[in-house]
Amino acid sequence: MNLRNQVLLWAAQRYSAMVLALCVVVHLIVIVYAVRNGLSAAEILGRTRGNYGWFAFYALFVAAIAIHAPIGMRTIVAETFGWRGAALDALTLVSGMALALWGWRAVFAVFA
Amino acid sequence: MKNGYRARNHPAYWAFVVHRGSGLLLAVFLPFHFWALGQALAGAAALDGFLRWTELPLVKFAETGLVLLLAAHLAGGVRLLMLEFLAWRDWQKSLLAVAAGVSLAVGLAFVLNVV
Amino acid sequence: MATTLSVSVWRGAESGEFRIYEVPRLESQTVLDVVTYIQRNLDPTLAYRFACRVGMCGSCAMTVDGKARWTCRTHVASVAAENRLEIAPLNNLPVIKDLVTDMSRFFDNWARAKGRFHGMRSRKDDFARVMPDSPQRKEVDGAIECIGCGVCYSSCDVVTWNPEYLGPAALNRAWTLLNDVRDTARVARLAAVAGDAGCHACHTHMSCSERCPKHIAPTAGIAGLKRAVVAAALKGEL
Repeated sequence: MNLRNQVLLWAAQRYSAMVLALCVVVHLIVIVYAVRNGLSAAEILGRTRGNYGWFAFYALFVAAIAIHAPIGMRTIVAETFGWRGAALDALTLVSGMALALWGWRAVFAVFA
Repeated sequence: MKNGYRARNHPAYWAFVVHRGSGLLLAVFLPFHFWALGQALAGAAALDGFLRWTELPLVKFAETGLVLLLAAHLAGGVRLLMLEFLAWRDWQKSLLAVAAGVSLAVGLAFVLNVV
Repeated sequence: MATTLSVSVWRGAESGEFRIYEVPRLESQTVLDVVTYIQRNLDPTLAYRFACRVGMCGSCAMTVDGKARWTCRTHVASVAAENRLEIAPLNNLPVIKDLVTDMSRFFDNWARAKGRFHGMRSRKDDFARVMPDSPQRKEVDGAIECIGCGVCYSSCDVVTWNPEYLGPAALNRAWTLLNDVRDTARVARLAAVAGDAGCHACHTHMSCSERCPKHIAPTAGIAGLKRAVVAAALKGEL
């Protein structure tokens, strides 16, 4: 990976972190509120079904995670196992795509 | 020769360990979280079937752990963003204490509501 | 105060062992005094480095009880718990013999980070004026005191985990030059310190800042480099 892309990868991880900071604060508040009196599908889906606001929020949340987590994992793998180069970059890209698809599927699942 | 525990035993290093460890565990948890929510595709009853597990004390304990991990990773991450993007300040050591405090407060709020 | 110290010293190269020496304990003794005593009175084959003995040159840096320090400025009284000491060569560097390491990679990284001043004036031009209270000059007031002792490099775990990493001293040096208004190599230097082997590999462990005997915080300079490099990349300069 060339130098400019390495820098942009770092920047993407930090900027997605800023987005996640906001998303996680909201998510934690929702979690603490939602677990009162137990979790139920009716309660959760009652909030999210047909709600474009939550849909947009969680879709953004997933996108930010799909950028943030794989880049973080890339560093951990490189430093722990010494992997570097094209194979690692390919793995990073694939895990990002997997998280995005799997996550957006879940967002759709509670919206539709 | 490599550095050992004696060289690493200072607060900013522990902050790194917590941040990396929590990030790794959360990354491993996420696919499972997405799968669980995806159960709703099969209908509300399918999701409810899964959610019944969350009544178990062991699961509540695990959930508390996850919330603590998320809060710690958030607080530690905000600390890092401040250290990296804002001009250097002398009170940055206090950032660590604030981050730790916030994480614990969030974990406590969760425990009080989930039990 | 007890009369003898039990001192464990690394003997050998990459492979070797710790050997124990009994050294008389004295008032105001430094760890360098201890090493010197061993070499002069107990074992002349012990190899170690020193020069000024007064905390100015940084040559005597070694690992004392697991932490990198200047041995001439480390009083035995502040480290020898239970009258025991452990002395080893600096970490993260190849060991030549006993307490002497090969500092080549440390200094090579300095060069790779473009830690060299590039000016544009000649002797025919007037002096450059750098105001002491200008923000850029104040920013690097501490950082310019670096004497290249290697303690920070030795203490950094990213150096251990990432063989290409330039390290805190080289990056700190690049930061001082970046803030030198007379310097002309700005973009080349930003490119030199960018990426997986450069400033972006720093995880803010802050072991460098913890251990620096001159109380420099390389972490601060590295954070500044991160900001400057990203700005340059977004502007298309890299």
